[in-house]
Order: sequence, then structure tokens, then C-alpha cells
Amino acid sequence: MKRIVVQSCWPLGVLVLVVLGWHGATVMFDIPPYILPGPGRVVAAGIERHANLLLAVRTSATAALSGFLLAAFLGVMAAVVLAQSPLIRRCLVPYTILLQTVPVVAIAPLILMWFGSGLRSVVIVVAIICLFPIIANTTQGLVSVDRNLLDLFRMSNASRLQVLVRLRLPHALPSLFTGLRISSGLSVIGAFTGEWFASSNTVGQGGLGYSIIYANSQLQTDYLFALVLACAALGSTFFFAVVGCEWLLLHHWHESALKAEGD
Amino acid sequence: MSHTMNPTTITSRGGDPGRPFMTLRGLHKQYGRGAAILEDLSMDVGAGDFISLIGPSGCGKSTLLKLVAGLVSPTSGCIEVEGMTPANARELMSFIFQEATLLPWRTVLRNVELGLELERSLDRGRRRAKAEELLRLVGLGDVATHYPRELSGGMRMRVSIARALATRPRLLLMDEPFGALDEMTRDRLNEELLRLRAEHGWTALFVTHSVAEAVFLSTRVVVLRAKPGRVHREIKVPFAFPRKASLRSDPAFLALVGEVSGALRELHGPGDGGTAA
Repeated sequence: MKRIVVQSCWPLGVLVLVVLGWHGATVMFDIPPYILPGPGRVVAAGIERHANLLLAVRTSATAALSGFLLAAFLGVMAAVVLAQSPLIRRCLVPYTILLQTVPVVAIAPLILMWFGSGLRSVVIVVAIICLFPIIANTTQGLVSVDRNLLDLFRMSNASRLQVLVRLRLPHALPSLFTGLRISSGLSVIGAFTGEWFASSNTVGQGGLGYSIIYANSQLQTDYLFALVLACAALGSTFFFAVVGCEWLLLHHWHESALKAEGD
Repeated sequence: MSHTMNPTTITSRGGDPGRPFMTLRGLHKQYGRGAAILEDLSMDVGAGDFISLIGPSGCGKSTLLKLVAGLVSPTSGCIEVEGMTPANARELMSFIFQEATLLPWRTVLRNVELGLELERSLDRGRRRAKAEELLRLVGLGDVATHYPRELSGGMRMRVSIARALATRPRLLLMDEPFGALDEMTRDRLNEELLRLRAEHGWTALFVTHSVAEAVFLSTRVVVLRAKPGRVHREIKVPFAFPRKASLRSDPAFLALVGEVSGALRELHGPGDGGTAA
């Protein structure tokens, strides 16, 4: 615990320096606040409009978390299917790559058209963005099981289900978490992107994505900064929540968790 | 379902004299159109035999073990274990690999339970008791709750042995189990393996690169030649059991080590040194 406190001193020190530099720059070069508000104004805007800010954060967090969990579920299911045979992988992997390469910005309006504006569409956009890293990493983990361990299970006449549950899934857990870590950050970006399209016509109920567009159009640059910071904070919270779960589940036995502990 | 398997099997060391415990007849193995890995290999193994397979790389030692385990099918020829095909005789066998091949997310105790768990032959409590008993037997009673990464290489191999023995095998297939260990650890584990064998009386097929290890453990050393793999010489090891560590410095022991080494040297003719199959 003490170690964690000591270690977080370094990034916190950087934060203090950046904030000071930012403040100094706005004062020294006399930058108008609608172009670059100082940190004080940003915090003040955040406090003053905290009700709106918190609502936006809560709306986006709900969408991001729902989409993330949906993607985790679908991603693991898809990975289990893909892990069944090389033939299945050869047939389907190119299409999972499509998930990664098609710009979500392009299909978001479609999703909006199909599923209506609001939370549901945002969740779907989040899930699409989060899906690929989870599928790719989990499949890799499921497939890369040691040959000898597979032979060991075969020698015991283990069923396919036993091999999956007792060997492949636990072995894939570290890889799954690699995917989840990447997707945790993406989920907030996904919510932001989705809201950009989906919730633009429900004024006052929008999440961070909607609020940022609105603040920008009103030249409320200080509030816009507060929203961007909230966005970053939300993404980081998700990320570290995933890292925490990973540590809880893996630190007993897995090397990477072990190293993170020892560094 | 809780029927315990083969409770009466351990008793007969000599076995039925009319029929060997295991027979290999005219075994031939090649992958696709590649060169033959094994060619016309035949062997009888009596119950309680400890057979070491030794030979240059590419002689098909490991393939032979996998054939017996039913993990690979022969191109032609047949294998019978107690009159059964390898796939049907799996319940009689355990495999010990070159690495300990433990599940890193399971504690030592839960690793030893694995075979019993997959077999579903015992309920949870008896499974645990059995695993604890075997861990004590290999001298690891007090690390039962540790994870494999916390153990040394030698200890991991003991866990692997305990796991293999937990299902009460009658045939133990070992693929260079001590190859990665230092010599002192290896010697100690050799002695323990013989002690365990005296208690349980399984039959063993043991692949190794170490001549001294082969002679120390075996009732018979089979020297295989490579490309294609076939039996070059079979050398009986006459020393009585139980064998003590001091056997290693016995002149008769050293002479036999010399004989096996000589048989291996005969194989390093001008034909050797190609690429491994």
C-alpha cells in the first residue's frame, strides 16, 4: 500500500507541473478564455455546472459500461467458437478484422437509423468498438494451449467441454484481460462517438459526447475542458478497474501479474 | 457414479506368463509422405518391466510413447495393452512429460487431483484425500497449497509424478521426465521413482538420453537406431531390486553403462548427422 502511494507521487508530480505550466501560459501570453481557459476557470465551470456534468458522466458511463460488458460477453462467445477449429478461424477471422477496419463513425448513423436514437444505439456502437480486441486476444489465448497439456487431457479421456472449461478458458484468462484493458479505454471513446450521433436530439439528457458538441457550439470552452477531463477520468477509471480485476484473478499464478507486483 | 477402478491390479508383478502385458508388432509410422519414423518395430513388455528407450535423436522414442498412449495412430502394425487397443487402455496408463506440464492456475494439490477429476471416478472428498496421500508420498505434503510457479523444477516434476500416479496406472509412459533437471536432483528422483515402483508395481516405458539413468532404473534397456527408428539392441539389466544409490559406483553397473554406451556408439556411423525428421 505504501509502495503504491510512493509510486503514484511521480505521475502526480507531473500533473502538478502541467497544471502550473498551463496556468502560467494563459496568464503570461494573455490567452482569451474562449481559446484556452486556465485551469482555475475549468474547475470553476465544472463546479458551477456539476449537476449537468455529473449527469453527462453518468449517462456516458452507463452506455460505456453496458457496451463493454456486452462486448466482453459476445467476444468470449465468438472466441470460443473460433477456437473450435482452424477451418472456422480461416472462414471467419477476416470478418472479425472488418470490425476493426470499418470506421464506426461511418456506420453509427446506420445504427441510429436501425435502433433509434438513445442509449440502445450508443451501447451498440460501444460494443462494436470494444469487440475486436476481446475476440482477437481471447482466441489467441484459447488456441495457444501447450500441446502436452492437451495430450494430458486426452489421456484422461476428457470431453471437449472439460478441455474448454478446465484448460482453455483459464489459460486464456490473461489474454482476455489484455483485450479487456484495451477495450476499457475504447469503451468511453465509443460512448462519446455514439452520443455524437445518437443522442443529439435529446437535449439536456445527452452524455459527454453530446455535451461537448453543445459546449463547443456555445463557445463555453471552460466547460468543454471540464467535460474532456471528465471523459479522460472516466476512461482511466474503467481501465484501472479492469487492471484491478485482473490482479485479483491472476496474481496467484500468472507471471505478468507477478511482475507488476514486483516492479 | 463411484466405482473404483481395478482395485486388484497391483498384485501380480510377474503377470500372466502366457501373454505379455504389452505387445508391439511390426509398428510402422510415417507422417504423410515423409520419411518413416518407425519401421517394423516389435517388442514384448512383461508386467512389472521397466523398459528404457534410448537412442539418437530422430529414432522415434517419443513417437513410440505417443503410439502406446493412443495419442498418435500407427501407419501399420499393432499395439496391445492387456489385450486392448491403446485408446481403450488409456485408463490403465499415465503419461509423464518432459516438462512438468502443470496447470499454473491450480495449486499443487488441485493439480494432483486433475486426473481423478477428469475421470470422475471419486467424489470430491476422496479425491482430495487421495491427492494428499500422493503428495506425502513424493515428499511434498507441506506445499499442497502452493502454486507451481513457487516450486523448483525438481519439485514440479514430483507433482507431475504424483498426478500421474493418482489414477493408479498400471503402465507409466515417461518422456524424458528428468531431462531438464540437474544431475543431483535427477539422481534423487531416480531413486524415488524406484521406491514408488516398489510400492505400486507399475510397468514403465521410459525415454531418456542418459545411459546411467537408463541402466539404474530399468529391467531392460532398448537401444533404438534412427531413420528409420527400429530396435538396435536390447540389453537386460540384471541388478536386483531394491537398488540403492551405491549401485552407481558398482563395477558391474559401470560395465553395463559401458556396454549400452558402446551400443549407442555403433549407431554414430557415417549415416548419422542428417536433419532430424
